[in-house]
Amino acid sequence: MIELREITKEYWSKKEKNIAVDNVSLTVNEGEVFGIVGYSGAGKSTLLRFINLLERPTTGSVRVDGIDLLTLSNKELRKTRQSIGMIFQGFYLVASKTVFENVAFALLAAGVQKKHIRDKVVQLLEVVGLSDQLAKYPSQLSGGQKQRVSIARSLANDPKILLCDEATSALDPNTTESILSLLKEINQKLGITIVVITHEMEVVKEICHRCAVMREGKVVELGTTFDIFSAPKDPLTKKFIQNVLEFEIPELMMNRVKGKLVKLIFLRDLATDAVVSDMIQAFEVRANILHGKVEYIHETPLGVFIMDISGEEDQVNQAIDYLHKRVHKVEVIEDGPTYRALA
Amino acid sequence: MDRLIELLPELNLAFVETLVMVGIALSFAFLIGLPLGILLFVTDQGLILENKWVKQAVGIVINLIRSVPFIILLVFLLPLTSFLLGTTIGPLAASVSLSVAAIPFYARIVESSAREINKGVIEAAVATGASPWMIIRHILLPETKPGLITGITITAISLIGYSAMAGTIGGGGIGDLAIRYGYYRYDDTVMFTTVILLVVLVQFVQYMGDFVSKAVDKK
Repeated sequence: MIELREITKEYWSKKEKNIAVDNVSLTVNEGEVFGIVGYSGAGKSTLLRFINLLERPTTGSVRVDGIDLLTLSNKELRKTRQSIGMIFQGFYLVASKTVFENVAFALLAAGVQKKHIRDKVVQLLEVVGLSDQLAKYPSQLSGGQKQRVSIARSLANDPKILLCDEATSALDPNTTESILSLLKEINQKLGITIVVITHEMEVVKEICHRCAVMREGKVVELGTTFDIFSAPKDPLTKKFIQNVLEFEIPELMMNRVKGKLVKLIFLRDLATDAVVSDMIQAFEVRANILHGKVEYIHETPLGVFIMDISGEEDQVNQAIDYLHKRVHKVEVIEDGPTYRALA
Repeated sequence: MDRLIELLPELNLAFVETLVMVGIALSFAFLIGLPLGILLFVTDQGLILENKWVKQAVGIVINLIRSVPFIILLVFLLPLTSFLLGTTIGPLAASVSLSVAAIPFYARIVESSAREINKGVIEAAVATGASPWMIIRHILLPETKPGLITGITITAISLIGYSAMAGTIGGGGIGDLAIRYGYYRYDDTVMFTTVILLVVLVQFVQYMGDFVSKAVDKK
């Protein structure tokens, strides 16, 4: 659907050459929600703008639906842009136009006849849940409502692709949630391919099928969201998702640890209870859960538990071997009080 | 008081002359200055019709006109006025140089109020696939409307001031009256009356401008 090939973007500032995007190749499949993650300045915003040529790459090619955008004339490019919607962190609605007029503009721009515009706008505002606000001005709306208007505007010409530039970064958590579920709905019901850029892993976790992690203009890791979350490879990726997989046990709790401190990671199915109770029955050990958390990554569960397993050393080791067989990943964080005493 | 009543016909005529001069110049400022101002804005770097050459050429011409003091521009443009109208006397003739001065003045105001628009709003419009003309008509103009009206107010008030200067070289109007009676004949009554008249006129224009500008502002 979207193919970026060996794309580089250089720009000059104060006689110094900077590279915003460094030889990136990327394919986004039809119907998927693709995330691009990175800190600000990583080049993700520039990368997103290649897809509708708001930014032109210095070298490389951009293909959307098999068409090389860089070969298009201005007029053809405008036509293509009508099939690529875009929403922004700052909403960017026209302050002097009502909600209705803001959405109608996109239709006017595409040359839709006046008589068809009204029905279409009403229908679009229904999709985003704002049918009763069409006479209001943007200044009278909340942030979430503004983003809904801009989503309606971006969907006006029945696009195949929707680009989201930090679309939820200016919104509070509840509103973010509702905008994300709207985007999910748009992806599923209308079959629109969505590309989001964000620095919030929550967004990726919630809606993205696949994602790419960017640093200094390069893609450092790319994979399905679940793989990225359950087995991150690059240090940056690890940092991004550390609050999902990592957990600091407070000092006080650490001092109370009697046996071995073990981290269990469950993927996809959550037979936690069964595994732990089976282990307790099979071996003479005690298990004390210090931390437990289940994240749903694109609706697939990923569980992390930290347990203090105590008892005879031999039994504890056997119990841990047993866990290795039943659990996706077992990590011994602390070998027990003796180990700490030695250190 | 008698003196005033005696003067009334002349005062009326001068007032109408001033309005004619300012009105004509203001119309040209709007009709030509507005497109020029928009042109200056859209041809800027990174904008919808980026064009360094056009931007610089228009900018230079505008700066040239704006750097000539008005009283000198008046004299300098006399041949042009005479060519266009066959005369250099009267409010119509004065309108020529007033217009020439007002057009670049207003164009710069239009340009600077267009700069106030959030670049993101323009980017979003470009992303919808709108043509430059659609963006100018449906985004730039509505978004700058309050600024355009404030600009017209500022231009009108400057023109009222300039029209007094134009009056001195035969343009007529209130300024001319004030100088003829007040300066050459030491007639304080006429002088004060014209000053009061000008003050009232300027206040009225400013008030109207602010009122309309506020009424169209949706921010």
